[in-house]
Amino acid sequence: MAKQHISFTLNGAQTDVLAEPRELLIHVLREQLGQTGSHIGCETSHCGACTVDMDGESVKSCTVLAVQANGTEVTTVEGLAAGGELHPLQEGFMEEHGLQCGFCTPGMLIRAYRFLQENPNPTDEEIRYGMSGNLCRCTGYQNIVKAVQYAARKQQSPQEA
Amino acid sequence: MIPGSFEYHAPTTLAEALSLLGQYGDEGKVLAGGHSLLPMMKLRFAEPEHLVDLNKIDELKGIRESNGVVHIGAMTSENAVIASDVLRQHCPLLPEAARNISDPQVRNRGTIGGDIAHGDPANDHPALMLASEASFVLKGAGGERVVAADGFFLGTYWTLLEAEEILTEIRIPAFKPNTGYAYCKLKRKQGDWATAASAVVLDLDGDVCSRINIGLTNVAPAALKATEAEDLLRGQRIDDALIEAAAEKVMAACDPAEDLRGDIEYKTHMAGEMTRRAIRLALQRARG
Repeated sequence: MAKQHISFTLNGAQTDVLAEPRELLIHVLREQLGQTGSHIGCETSHCGACTVDMDGESVKSCTVLAVQANGTEVTTVEGLAAGGELHPLQEGFMEEHGLQCGFCTPGMLIRAYRFLQENPNPTDEEIRYGMSGNLCRCTGYQNIVKAVQYAARKQQSPQEA
Repeated sequence: MIPGSFEYHAPTTLAEALSLLGQYGDEGKVLAGGHSLLPMMKLRFAEPEHLVDLNKIDELKGIRESNGVVHIGAMTSENAVIASDVLRQHCPLLPEAARNISDPQVRNRGTIGGDIAHGDPANDHPALMLASEASFVLKGAGGERVVAADGFFLGTYWTLLEAEEILTEIRIPAFKPNTGYAYCKLKRKQGDWATAASAVVLDLDGDVCSRINIGLTNVAPAALKATEAEDLLRGQRIDDALIEAAAEKVMAACDPAEDLRGDIEYKTHMAGEMTRRAIRLALQRARG
């Protein structure tokens, strides 16, 4: 099948790539564009390790065709840190020990990034519901919830967190 | 895992999509949210040669109410269903139930029309549609037909929808002030498919149940309408004895498949229990 031209914005940069219709967004991001932050986990849309932000919504990039990203704005974990400064979420995961092996972390971070825009001041329960599409087999989630709360506090009042 | 090769089409109008489907017939397949179809294509359970993506067709999205009927575009996402003020006011069963479908990422892509048209007995909307007396608008190159949800679900991955047709809209009679509703879903964890679930919508005139519909999820080869249980309750003052009798009728109608969620006996029993709970909650809500 002929490759198709896909033109989209990736982490703020205009990006052009050729891909077959059957290629999934996660494969193009990792293999063609070298953005290996997003991970391939279950490949069946259950685990959330491949989560990216597409046009302001969290999506699982193992279940989105690369051609469907044409014309969209995509943010991956590589787009979070700015100007050499960690994003408050990245800092939160570090401070609160929100990871152990780290495999799920890029998906957790990029989902939490969107979640905190949907709900800037969440309860623990709301975090658990809002992050329920991301599985972690190490932490038991408690420290992930704390890390998201850390970022929520820091984003609301940057000096205090 | 990567799907087999196919040609990708992204029409921007319904007319264009119908013409593509008419052209490719059995070799074509409609892509909605893709969270059932793409995994099936990766496993080669589905190998369409032409994929017609409906995501760019704006006329298939949106929710409105007019003259007592709620109209939902088939490509409306689950998260849009949850966020809809129109539904909260006129059909609150759907946003409440959709909160327990899968997870936030999947609900951004997954659509109500895809959930219905896929014909998976584990999907939640089929039973919700049976309970809310929904009808579906099916469009083909030759015109459109409107069919009732009751009778649409024929078997596993098998519905009345023909290969050249697209489900474009769901129509649901707006709930009335005396309508009570509930969807009780037993699941192993947030986002899982139902081990068993029961959707109940009923009207109370005084103490008498004047209308009731019960839909069951994942306890038969297709979403099941529990007509014998409904017949037992319609026109009655519903008490504990009647609820128990209705639960017995529901369990007698179940024909679940054994899997990791449980054996046949357990799932059947849980379908009865979910129905008892759903009837009680619906009654409570109808009384206001």
